[in-house]
Amino acid sequence: MFPPSFQNIIVGMKTSSIILLAIFLLLLITPGCSLLSESSENPSDQFTTIENKGSDTIVNLALAWAEEYQVINPNVRLSVTGGGSGTGIAALINGTVDIANASRRMKIEEKENAVANGSDPVEFVIARDAIAIIVHLENPVNNLTLQQLSDIYSGKINNWQELGGENRPIVRLSRETNSGTHVYFLEEVVRLGEKDNKTLFSPDTLLLPSSEGIGAEIRENPNAIGYDGLGYVTDEMKVIGVSAVDSKEYILPSAATVNSGKYPIARDLYMYTNGTPTGAIADYLDWILSEQAQEIVTELGFVPILD
Amino acid sequence: MKSSSHLRYKQQQFGFSLLTIMTFLTIIPIAGVVIYILVLGTPAISWEFIFGFPRGGMREGGIWPAIVGTFYLTLGTAAFAVPIGIGAAIYLSEYAPDNKATRLIRIAIINLAGIPSVVYGLFGLGLFVLFLQFGTSILAGSLTLSIMTLPVIISTTEEALKSVPQAFRTVSISVGATKWQTIRKIILPQALPGILTGVILGLERAAGETAPILFTVAAFFLPRLPSSPLDATMALPYHLFVISTQVPGMPIKIQYGTALVLLVFVLSMNIIATTIRSRARARRQW
Amino acid sequence: MDKNITRHESLITFFIKSTGYSAIVFVGMIFIFLLLEGLPAIQKVNLATLFSSRWYPIEDYFGLLPLIGGSLIITLGAILIAVPFGIGSAVYLSEIAPRWVRDLMKPFIEILGGLPSVVLGFLGMLILSPFLRKLLELPTGLTALTGSILLGGIAIPTVVSVAEDALDAVPKSFRDASLAIGATEWQTIWRVTLPAARSGVLTAIMLGVGRAIGETMTVMMVTGNAPILPKGINDLFSPVRTMTATIAAEMGEVASGSVHYHVLFLIGIVLFLISLIVNITASAVVFRQKKRQERILS
Repeated sequence: MFPPSFQNIIVGMKTSSIILLAIFLLLLITPGCSLLSESSENPSDQFTTIENKGSDTIVNLALAWAEEYQVINPNVRLSVTGGGSGTGIAALINGTVDIANASRRMKIEEKENAVANGSDPVEFVIARDAIAIIVHLENPVNNLTLQQLSDIYSGKINNWQELGGENRPIVRLSRETNSGTHVYFLEEVVRLGEKDNKTLFSPDTLLLPSSEGIGAEIRENPNAIGYDGLGYVTDEMKVIGVSAVDSKEYILPSAATVNSGKYPIARDLYMYTNGTPTGAIADYLDWILSEQAQEIVTELGFVPILD
Repeated sequence: MKSSSHLRYKQQQFGFSLLTIMTFLTIIPIAGVVIYILVLGTPAISWEFIFGFPRGGMREGGIWPAIVGTFYLTLGTAAFAVPIGIGAAIYLSEYAPDNKATRLIRIAIINLAGIPSVVYGLFGLGLFVLFLQFGTSILAGSLTLSIMTLPVIISTTEEALKSVPQAFRTVSISVGATKWQTIRKIILPQALPGILTGVILGLERAAGETAPILFTVAAFFLPRLPSSPLDATMALPYHLFVISTQVPGMPIKIQYGTALVLLVFVLSMNIIATTIRSRARARRQW
Repeated sequence: MDKNITRHESLITFFIKSTGYSAIVFVGMIFIFLLLEGLPAIQKVNLATLFSSRWYPIEDYFGLLPLIGGSLIITLGAILIAVPFGIGSAVYLSEIAPRWVRDLMKPFIEILGGLPSVVLGFLGMLILSPFLRKLLELPTGLTALTGSILLGGIAIPTVVSVAEDALDAVPKSFRDASLAIGATEWQTIWRVTLPAARSGVLTAIMLGVGRAIGETMTVMMVTGNAPILPKGINDLFSPVRTMTATIAAEMGEVASGSVHYHVLFLIGIVLFLISLIVNITASAVVFRQKKRQERILS
């Protein structure tokens, strides 16, 4: 029934529109063909697919691991997605991913939620990370105490002058609230690690959807202060030395100061699986804890875990 | 009297120049955006950039998976939206009685067109990804995008069908053709350029949108092409969002290159659609 | 054979009729779905919280006012840009420009309407926001104003295209009559042509508003996303957080069924209702105009 009618349509058209139509259809069909040839060469049943999602802090590390691992193990396909620790954990609970990356421990509510949904998250510490306090290169301020940081982010200090800097308003940059880095920063810096401290971020804190968003604004804006995982720090921004609450020594973040416990704003990074992993997922996690994989950790500016 | 008409002439001259300047002030920045991306993006374009896979934490290599992903999403969107959209347009133009129900359909189409894209994303996440358990997949994304594109396809197709003169229908029916035969053999062929325009404009919108695919399809990094409609995929607009906001030390060249590919993809669809439409209008003999 | 044709025909007719109602089905589905997922938020969070001015979902502060205010102030800014420039360009193209300029420019502007919003956001972040910070000596360039300018740019093609159509549809006899009694072309434009096309122009504005308020990615990339309740026009120069950006930034996080999840759907309902009101107003204007035209013509 349909072919003759289609012919009618074509005959009814002028040549040039046919050419345009042909080009358009060709455009649409080309990738379709490449897909067919691709999938016929590599039937997908030979592959194990591991879905990996979560923390934006970890995403670039996970990406580097995934690339390297697929060179060693061509039969494993890894897909990596960011979105924030909460995103990954939610996806693990909803059963849409195999490994959730998190830059914080699972919350109690999340664990309850997981149990209620019939999943049993298992925790792995895969690397450590220091949260660097960063400002514009031209900012003369070098050191801040945790108390000062808390006062800046809760809105008590609003001008760089109060910290020995230039007369400039402070623009506070933070990650979005779904980021594990945000939660960690809230608990350990804004609230100084005190359990019953209910201080909040000042509402005019800019919530940027990503780590690189913070980096971009820091590079460009001399008023800004931000925090980011050490892996995101480049030499186009200045890292501030931080002193713990009861110390007078200002420490810059590095692998050494993190592992010695001197740098006060550092944390573990996690991967969660649903139940004790088996098969390809277990192999992958074993490899992540190997020396070879932990070297990549150092390359990306994170801190490798020490036995 | 004379001076007043002189004044009025001056006023008019002033007004005209003001509007001319305003028009150019409107067009220049928008055109500037295109040229700027063209200039900064072109150096990034190479065989490897288009057909290669991303490497080195996406800082090297190409964007082929994102291009393919966007093709599939466009294709999937077309598969759902084209039959439904054209069907609905035929109904409105050829069958629908002038009554309350039809007016309700029109209001629904207008509203569908106005719903913010991120609300489509919410809906797609809730219905397709979670409730129907398609997961984050091309299928879920295509369905979400196709509902979003429907109003564009319906309204342009209907316009095209309505521009076919009534006489064509009367003649066809009078020589004994059924209603459907008339539609298929007479009206659809005549309206084809207009329909194509509508379809392409609709798909163009689908190809360029990020918000609806944020929670329904998009993967940050997927070192392979999707092999089934239930796979997640990278997509150009989301890829640009990712590399411009989430990857540290991303070479600016790759960012502009990706923006350029997306721009060319979307604008060429738009230009094809506009060309088909204006040619058809110029050729129309009735 | 004949029977076959009839069966085939009735099948096709059935398909066409059912697709005809698809738009109603989809709008209904979307609305019902939003209600199902969004209304529980009203039970779980008390109204005083929803109408407070603090949005900090991880500590259960679900004040929607800063988000609604953020969307409104950005849209307002976008209108202030898109309306004069959009209508001005439409008047120029329809009434002043030579025919060939119009035939060249209008498709051009319509093509630019297809610029992906993420591309504009990308440039806004890299170029416009630093530029505005230095130019206006603001603490940061990630402000409502930056968002407004880009949204204005996104809305302009819609406004120009629809308003130009409306102006073009004003019968030539109107203009001729006005010119014949001695009015200048300028006076004719303002006193005759624009008023005659005003409902179409209003539709253009409303559709532009619709585009602006629903835009997501651009806004999320350039407005800083700080949930501050805007109190006056001065807040155009400070960061804001819109409803759309909030959904886009936070939806991925939430486990389905949590309070936060329901509140995000509630924001979806608010956005849906706003777009409903805007679009019904726009279309009501169109219907009224059609009726008036029919009256005049009959």
